[in-house]
Amino acid sequence: MSYGARDVTVRFGSMTALDSVTVEVEPGAVVAVVGGDGAGKSTLLRAVVGEVRVDSGTISAPGPSSIGYLPAGAGSWGGLTVTQNLDFAGGVYGLVGERLADRREALLHRAALEDARDRPASQLSGGMRRKLGFTMAAAHEPPLLVLDEPSTGVDPVSRMELWRLVTEAAASGAAVLLSTTYLDEAERAAHLVVLDQGRVLVEGDVDAVLASLPGTVVEVGTPTRLERSWRRGRVRHEYVPDGDATAGATVRPDLEDVVIALSIAGREGAL
Amino acid sequence: MKAMILKEFRELRRDRRTVAMLVVMPLLLLVIFGYAANFYVSSVKAAVVGPQAAQLAEQLPPYFDVTEVAPGSDEAGAEQLLQDNQVDVAFVTGTDPVLALVDGSNLFAAQSIVASLNKLGDQVSVQILYNPELTTSWVMVPAIIGLILTFIGTIITSIGLVREREAGTLEQLAVMPIRPSAVILGKITPYFILASIDMVIITVLGMLLFDVPFNGSPWVFALGAAIFLFVVLGLGVFISTVSQTTGQAIQLAFLMLLPQILLSGMIFPLDAMAAGVRWIGYLLPLTYFTMISQGVMLRGASFESLALPFAVLSVMAVVVFLGATLRFRRDLAPGRRAARRRAPAGTEA
Repeated sequence: MSYGARDVTVRFGSMTALDSVTVEVEPGAVVAVVGGDGAGKSTLLRAVVGEVRVDSGTISAPGPSSIGYLPAGAGSWGGLTVTQNLDFAGGVYGLVGERLADRREALLHRAALEDARDRPASQLSGGMRRKLGFTMAAAHEPPLLVLDEPSTGVDPVSRMELWRLVTEAAASGAAVLLSTTYLDEAERAAHLVVLDQGRVLVEGDVDAVLASLPGTVVEVGTPTRLERSWRRGRVRHEYVPDGDATAGATVRPDLEDVVIALSIAGREGAL
Repeated sequence: MKAMILKEFRELRRDRRTVAMLVVMPLLLLVIFGYAANFYVSSVKAAVVGPQAAQLAEQLPPYFDVTEVAPGSDEAGAEQLLQDNQVDVAFVTGTDPVLALVDGSNLFAAQSIVASLNKLGDQVSVQILYNPELTTSWVMVPAIIGLILTFIGTIITSIGLVREREAGTLEQLAVMPIRPSAVILGKITPYFILASIDMVIITVLGMLLFDVPFNGSPWVFALGAAIFLFVVLGLGVFISTVSQTTGQAIQLAFLMLLPQILLSGMIFPLDAMAAGVRWIGYLLPLTYFTMISQGVMLRGASFESLALPFAVLSVMAVVVFLGATLRFRRDLAPGRRAARRRAPAGTEA
């Protein structure tokens, strides 16, 4: 049983936010939706959980009691303590008494939030708050976990801890659909969906996405086409659609290079 | 500085609500203070009872709008008419001098009536009922109870809901397996309880500090307050559905609160307002709650005599609350409900 969206189109007025987008996630797998700001990542995730009405296409998702959702916002109630937030989320999903207490303690331990249990969520660091949001979404061990940019604005250590929680959830059988702007962490997902301007540019595992780029990426001192170049550390990379390696030294593009180059190619109508 | 001014104008151009408020507020205040800010009551409703009722009714100046002439009735009947708020003054003939019973709960009309009757000297004996000293606080406290309920119901509730929207937690609630009606009821029940506690505190304090009487049934009062609370909570929910930020919610709530303060009869008597603005007062829920609270507390009015304000408030409660909750439901997880409508029974989409 897979979950996701098939040929989904979402329009906000005259703007098409998603254009015939298909994404599927199997139980036990992590699917990462990547793309820049405004690519349609959040809209896709919100459509899957039923927060956005789709204009056409099909959403395949379990009922609300079987979905765990972490929105792009805080994901927890600032005025409640960590424990109170978890108790609320667990209570909503039908966890009561000893079962709720056991689950709460297990989640607090796994998310390393035990020492912060009595702190209001509003007083947590960004990383701790996202971890709390994740534990609330996962409190009822849902078959489908939808996480909207769970690690955005989170320090590297907390990101690592969050990903450990995500992979643990997938290992226990949950289908995890998440969005991220961090391509290094997206590489950990079994399947990637690259979105740009509401369209799927390419999808597949990391190797498939890396291999999907038409043309080459070269390292240049001075870019020949500024709009096709981007800075990587101390050097600039440039996308060469026709694969002309004379423009610079060919580099083996990583996921970030490929996603940027695919976005450029997509906007130039080459995809 | 030029850049700052330009930036401010550009922001204002997009903030249509603030611009509307800048235009509407002065107009509203001008109209209200121009037409409604009037303490002088030019005409009062009067009843004349007793054996010489018909003759006296003929002799009364036009200031007294005689709506009831009952030769067969007596002082008790006259009091009943006042208690039921059918008239502002009742003349009882058959005694010498004629007895004029004045409804003190209608403060400005009563002051005007007393001033008018004092000119008649010994011909009329004046007796003020329900508020013998014509104390302002006796009339204001029951109205202020309604104002406090309006404040909590409209402003606090809308802020509470909009804050969820701003924090993104409303989106989270929408995805959780909670029915939209449960979200709404769960959100407003605490405010309902807090407003009820506030109401009791204000009522008791008003009685202790200002000696305001409570002559009627607490149950009738509580029922009126409960229905009124549903109206104002509904307004709060409605405001939250049309506001994206706390600031917008406060702005709109005050825009709704101001006419209630000025046009509900709480400060300026409805009878003294120009007909053009008086009808606005009759569209406001606080007008009817004030009728109930003043009626029950001061006149000891029965449920039957307050049937009209109860009926109007009930209709308002149903319309406003249902309308607001339907709007709120529409905002919650529209995709999920659309999918449910499309999905065959027994499947999850």
